[in-house]
Amino acid sequence: MTAELGHFALTLALGLSLMQCAVPFWGARAGDPVLMGLAAPVALSVFGLIALAFGALVVAHVGSDFSVLNVVENSHTTKPLLYKITGVWGNHEGSMLLWIVILAIFGALVALSDSLSLRLKTNALAVQAAITIAFLVFILFSSNPFERVDPAPAEGQDLNPVLQDLGLAIHPPLLYLGYVGFSMTFALAIAALIEGRIDAGWARAARPWALLAWCFLTLGIAMGSYWAYYELGWGGFWFWDPVENASLMPWLAGTALLHSIVVMEKRDALKVWTILLAILTFSLSLLGTFLVRSGVLTSVHAFAVDPARGTFILVILSVFIGGSLALFAWRAPLLRPGGIFAPISREGALILNNLLLASACATVFIGTLYPLALEAVAGAKISVGAPYYDLTFVPLIVPLLLVLPIGQALSWKRGDLLAVGQRLLAALAAALCVTLALIAWRSGGPVMAPIGVGLGAYLVLAAASEIWSRSHQPGRPLAVALRRARGLPLSAWGSAVAHGGVGLMVIGIAAQGWSTETIATARPGSAIEVGGYRVEFRDLGSRVGPNYREEVATLVIGGSSAPVAVVESGKRFFPARATTTTEAGIATLGLSQVYVSLGETYPDGSVGFRLYHKPLVLLIWIGALVMAAGGALSLADRRVRIGAAVRARPVSAAVPAE
Amino acid sequence: MTRKGRRLVVIGTAGAVLAGALGLALNAMRDTIVFFRAPSEVAAATVPPGKRFRLGGLVDANSVKRGPDQTVEFSVGDGASSVPVRYRGLLPDLFREGQGVVTEGTLSTSGVFVADTVLARHDESYMPREVADALKSQGRWKGSEAAAPAQLRQATQ
Repeated sequence: MTAELGHFALTLALGLSLMQCAVPFWGARAGDPVLMGLAAPVALSVFGLIALAFGALVVAHVGSDFSVLNVVENSHTTKPLLYKITGVWGNHEGSMLLWIVILAIFGALVALSDSLSLRLKTNALAVQAAITIAFLVFILFSSNPFERVDPAPAEGQDLNPVLQDLGLAIHPPLLYLGYVGFSMTFALAIAALIEGRIDAGWARAARPWALLAWCFLTLGIAMGSYWAYYELGWGGFWFWDPVENASLMPWLAGTALLHSIVVMEKRDALKVWTILLAILTFSLSLLGTFLVRSGVLTSVHAFAVDPARGTFILVILSVFIGGSLALFAWRAPLLRPGGIFAPISREGALILNNLLLASACATVFIGTLYPLALEAVAGAKISVGAPYYDLTFVPLIVPLLLVLPIGQALSWKRGDLLAVGQRLLAALAAALCVTLALIAWRSGGPVMAPIGVGLGAYLVLAAASEIWSRSHQPGRPLAVALRRARGLPLSAWGSAVAHGGVGLMVIGIAAQGWSTETIATARPGSAIEVGGYRVEFRDLGSRVGPNYREEVATLVIGGSSAPVAVVESGKRFFPARATTTTEAGIATLGLSQVYVSLGETYPDGSVGFRLYHKPLVLLIWIGALVMAAGGALSLADRRVRIGAAVRARPVSAAVPAE
Repeated sequence: MTRKGRRLVVIGTAGAVLAGALGLALNAMRDTIVFFRAPSEVAAATVPPGKRFRLGGLVDANSVKRGPDQTVEFSVGDGASSVPVRYRGLLPDLFREGQGVVTEGTLSTSGVFVADTVLARHDESYMPREVADALKSQGRWKGSEAAAPAQLRQATQ
């Protein structure tokens, strides 16, 4: 019964979405406030119905209702409760349902928001409804999670063991909040094109949505990276795999969007470009969904898929991307172009930021899709891996990072490069000292690592100096500076914190140049050397988990005198799927980690291990967390908050008359 | 600076950055792409030794031999031919005889494929598309796309 209720709720939501798309749009055309006013309550109802459907699927999974095919294929009575819940989206159908739940959440948030003009809100909700319709049709006709199976089996096939992890509870929801969050800026951009009018007020309305989506996407990618790092047993944090690139592309475009919206808000410029970026960012999110869900690309993160579904998503993809770009080509000339401005200024630097981010995004796009295009045209099968990205992505991102602090310190309209240089001199000098000290200390090591760490240090110090120079005046006591720093707008803090986070991440990535790897076999009682640590293999035991058997090696990591940590590295065997997973043993020592993967057991009693020492590796994900925290600080700023009241008094001519 | 001058600066920078990015991409593409080869193509001696490529197919039954110091030897076949592979390190959890596999490395002069990467997968019923196509071209592919990996799995049990 629950499954039918869920199915029915989805169907009803589809009907209401059709209404949410057509009626308010017509109302906006005809200028009828009653029809326009219909959008918000209908959007809330759609959210309620989709949430109900999602709840029904959760109930079926938690209660192990094996008459539902989706539960049979992905659950098992002995599976722990947490994975019964997360298993709801650990499969294709449920994951698409989660996608649409999040879409509906954003729709409801827009419906409740009072920072948009009625016409913009109505049109945006209508565009949103169009996306909802497409994905509801997709779910109902090709990926119905509520399909029954008769006769119902007594036991399910269990969830893929790789997914039985806390990561599944966190990573997909965060990633989808990011992907789908950009549907809001997309809807607003399309609404603006339909209206044929755009101004700084639009930027003010769109900015919090872009920020929110960007924060979630940042967290989602970072979480996925950490999950792959500890679960796959390879110790790598980024493989330049197509599935990873699929999430990086919207992030790069979204980051560019975030910055161009600021230019539009402050200087009423870059309008057409911002609209295009908003469209492209969500298009790349859709493309990411397609790449992951269709299986057209060979990926280390790929799951078995049904090709018919890929075709369906491809159709959705072409309709939305093609349609929105056609609309853009048709309506963009109507938008009054913004002003042109001095190259040496904050906005000039932000243009450079956008250019480099967009180019970097384009190289990732080429690297990800070129194999597909080549196979279609020439039939040759190729793969593009890390060496390609080292030669394209890195040379584009490094200049971006070098000029980032300069752009951050330049003032709007007319910047003074000399003054900025003087402000950044201390940060630059300190970073140079760090690099030279590291080169001296680790002589003979990799060349790029100290330079990369120096670059990261430069970013962190420049972010700190940005706050310092905005709050400290020469000759005034420190207390005054601290008080002024507290009084700085949260968005200023947000940008400094986020840019500092980029620096931390760069340090973490660069420090991996010094990571060491040891492949060795050991008998109980003997020791292996890795990265200056002596790792003693104590014993190999076995134990039984709720739905698996586990072989566990216990290892003691010794410092110069006393042991510093004990790790367990195991292999779990899941009988329901006859599958083994590696559970790497990870010891966190400060910001560095010692990582132990368990290999084969040999007949003579020795055991194979793969050990890594990863210096400062945690900074990679801490950096991402700090970036997202910076975004959240900006979001908390009174002036950009979602739902912030619209200014009653027009600040400039650009603010729309309400 | 005049309005026209400013516009020129912006357009000039944009053009330079985009041209640079395109140049980087084309240049990198020439040197770094890795071709996928099926075992039959390797057997036909179309691949020179020392050239990096991806080899994909099925791990032949009873071919996996574990040597000292975590070296593993196995052979990858597509029904028509098979290629011996040597690899040192930990194999992915879903590596099994009779299952599809994609490895990356170079061919040694003795004809052994020395792999430095064996691609892991998250899902035991996932078959890399290239492997499926290679099997199809040798007439080893049975049934529909979705059913075939399951059949292959049963065949090995």
